[in-house]
Amino acid sequence: MKALLFSLMAILTLSFVSFTNADNSGYKVGDKAKDFKLKNIDGKMVSMQDYQRATGIILIFTCNHCPFSVAYEDRIIELHNKYASKGYPVVAINSNDAIAYPADSYENMIERAQEKKFPFAYLHDETQDFAKLYGAAKTPHVFILKKVGTEFVVSYIGAIDDNSNEPELVKTKFVENALNEMLDGKEVSQPSTKAVGCSIKWKK
Amino acid sequence: MLVAFQSKAQKQVEVVKFDWYKNLRSIENDTTYIINFWATWCLPCVEELPEFEKLTSAYQNEKVKVILVSLDFYKKLSITVIPYLEKTKIKSEVVLLNEPNYNDWIDKVDKSWEGAIPATVIFNNQKKIYHFIEGQTSFAEITEIIKTKN
Repeated sequence: MKALLFSLMAILTLSFVSFTNADNSGYKVGDKAKDFKLKNIDGKMVSMQDYQRATGIILIFTCNHCPFSVAYEDRIIELHNKYASKGYPVVAINSNDAIAYPADSYENMIERAQEKKFPFAYLHDETQDFAKLYGAAKTPHVFILKKVGTEFVVSYIGAIDDNSNEPELVKTKFVENALNEMLDGKEVSQPSTKAVGCSIKWKK
Repeated sequence: MLVAFQSKAQKQVEVVKFDWYKNLRSIENDTTYIINFWATWCLPCVEELPEFEKLTSAYQNEKVKVILVSLDFYKKLSITVIPYLEKTKIKSEVVLLNEPNYNDWIDKVDKSWEGAIPATVIFNNQKKIYHFIEGQTSFAEITEIIKTKN
């Protein structure tokens, strides 16, 4: 009986551990990223297949309403303009619940993209499955994917740079540094960074 | 340290650097500190502020202290943060942490913190209590933590 109880407890403990792991799950640097298929602001579905010619993708979870995302809009455009021609285009994804944040609805995404003339795809993750798969917790949250063969491998996770609200005071450009190292065939010296952002609001 | 004094009637919000938190976190006394990281632009944060207000009133005669640490942009202090606190009549102590290089200090608050707010730290150094909650919490959850350890 004791043994049975013990093994039951062990099973319970194990399932608790795996549950908490699953709870914090999401991609780590080095993981292969699954393909996505999400609706772009032009109404067309976009997937990794559309980026087979790229060297990689700068995937950015962002949105319309968040002051941090807004503070970074111009810097995200700059990133795309600087790195798309080098093989790393930006793909922006909005995963927010439009009921909690009406500003983040698909219609408002189209409007914002037109206002700011986004030169990159801005995809709608309506089911939020994609943000959950990646472990995106906030906006903006960057995942740099590097193409290895036909797969995309997560090579950097984190912030764009070290000063969200004052671009003129930025000292370290995390994403640019990582991209430059990748383009030089070097290992990324700082593959993950942290930043405050707006939590992605999950549907109830 | 800089103190942003508005007029007397207005809510006072001290502007602090990370050292403020470091010193508080290592303070050797029997007070239970409930530190909530929030911002006026963060909807889930604003939604849970009443929970912290309830804690402030429920424990006003005990060694429990709620401090709301705003991560609003420093430039927004007088145009957004203070008017918001006035309007909502927030009674808990509020400070504004002006440390825009988050990567420097998020890990020092808690290694598991991804940087999403709200986030709450509960500690009592004498009683060796330490709890970190990323995401929304509640009056009930926090009183449970304080009760069981008291």
